[in-house]
Amino acid sequence: MTVIDNTDQRPETIWSEHVSFMDRIPRSIAMGGLLVGFVALWQLIYAIGVVSPIILPGPWETGADIAFVGKNLFTGGYMLTALWITIKEVIFGFAIAITIGFLLGILVGETTFGERAVLPYLVAIDTMPKVAFAPLFLAWLGFGIASKVALAAFIATFPIVVGTAAGLYVADENARMLFKTMGASRFQTLFKMKLPLGLPQIFTGLKIAAVGVMAGAITGEFLGGGKGFGELIRVASSQLNTPRVFSLIIFLSLLGLTLFWSVVWLEKKLVFWHKSSVSGGIGT
Amino acid sequence: MNALQRSAFDGAGLAGRPVYELRGVAKSYARRSIHALDRVDLTLTEGSFSSVIGPSGCGKSTLLKIMAGVLPPTEGSVYLEGTPVTGTRRDIGMMFQQATLFPWRTTLENIVLPIEIRDGKKAARAMHDEARALLDLVGLKGFDSVRPNELSGGMAQRAAICRMLITKPAVLLLDEPFSALDELSRDFMNMELQRICMERNATAFLVTHSIPEAVILSDTVYVMSPRPGNFVEAINIDLPRPRTLDMMTDPKFGEYVRRIRARLDKGAFL
Repeated sequence: MTVIDNTDQRPETIWSEHVSFMDRIPRSIAMGGLLVGFVALWQLIYAIGVVSPIILPGPWETGADIAFVGKNLFTGGYMLTALWITIKEVIFGFAIAITIGFLLGILVGETTFGERAVLPYLVAIDTMPKVAFAPLFLAWLGFGIASKVALAAFIATFPIVVGTAAGLYVADENARMLFKTMGASRFQTLFKMKLPLGLPQIFTGLKIAAVGVMAGAITGEFLGGGKGFGELIRVASSQLNTPRVFSLIIFLSLLGLTLFWSVVWLEKKLVFWHKSSVSGGIGT
Repeated sequence: MNALQRSAFDGAGLAGRPVYELRGVAKSYARRSIHALDRVDLTLTEGSFSSVIGPSGCGKSTLLKIMAGVLPPTEGSVYLEGTPVTGTRRDIGMMFQQATLFPWRTTLENIVLPIEIRDGKKAARAMHDEARALLDLVGLKGFDSVRPNELSGGMAQRAAICRMLITKPAVLLLDEPFSALDELSRDFMNMELQRICMERNATAFLVTHSIPEAVILSDTVYVMSPRPGNFVEAINIDLPRPRTLDMMTDPKFGEYVRRIRARLDKGAFL
């Protein structure tokens, strides 16, 4: 038996890994610094005067207009009415896309018929530039909100189909065999095992769809008029009111972020067990 | 197969009430004209532990699927407790290489899943006390509300044992249950499995790739050869119960291992 010798008098060999200066900056300071740098660069280009103010307005001018648009929105002005129309288009579009996308995803992922017969057509339609369908929706559904909802839903459906179908393939042989031996019905296998296991993939589809549904609604408004936020942007742009275009885009992106983060929030509630949704690691 | 040979295969001379009986069970895939399994006879008596060992692709998993009632045989008869097996049944308990616990359920909810599938959520809730008693049996007392991803591999398989036992099955079908664990945990879990089976007088059937595992756990080891899958020998393991890991150094143990290995080598290169 060897006796462990504790009388070693040599100095400890403690050392630390090198972390670069950039990686040590905390997130809030890093993000804030980047923003300040960006605005400073913007101001510099503006001050030199190489670009016409009509094409690129100064940061202060834009900031003032953001405040103006914000005030109009919060005091219930005409912009709020326009925003509300766009919100409605986005919500209806998303709801329709989720319903159709989910059902088609189950058809494709769960049935051989769906995989053999339906999937090729979905892939074919998905590869088309979907914005090109806008004139058709306008002709079929008119210049009201319906045509924008249709385009938004049309764009957002496919990622949900793909996400749902991919989610249904996640269940491995073990899980399928286990449910078989427990005598589970197809319905039970789907709702108690396959769909919950596929939720991370389904939510990936939903997040892509959340971005697509915004793009669809605004594109629809650009091409087909109406009274939404896209129309405000189009009008401001045609009046060469560039600061207004900027501030409208910023508020529009807030709407997009709200939708996106709502999906992320729901994902964290439902898929609390999946590691990647919490810490970014690979889930099991 | 003559009468003398058959008697050697039937429960391998062990006394006891037959629980699970296979007679002339064969499985062939006509389209590919493959004989996966050729006229297998097997009797599992009450409280006995049997293993089947054989090279990959010898038809072990086909046999197990037929016994579990998820795959129909093309010939022969399969009886559990005197009634024909023509589909999955609640009195068949099964365990796999992976624990396959669902991460959105607590350990307790995972264990009562077979009840929930067959009888609904209310019946599953009524079994919670039963499930806690099983957790106690496998040494996981107090782990009811822990999520599976907080369990180690061995603990997860213990929970899987509980899930298998919750329906009070008449036979346990074990498909390489601990082969994904490290060697140390595996030996330990095998001893735990023996303890649990002895405590409940369970009738168990194990599929494995490990000769020592088969010998240390079993009353009878069936050696299987491929193309077509068939039992080539049934070896009674005459070591006292309860078995201990120390028995692995017993010369008798070594003799059994050698005999099975010789049989497997012959079969594999035929």
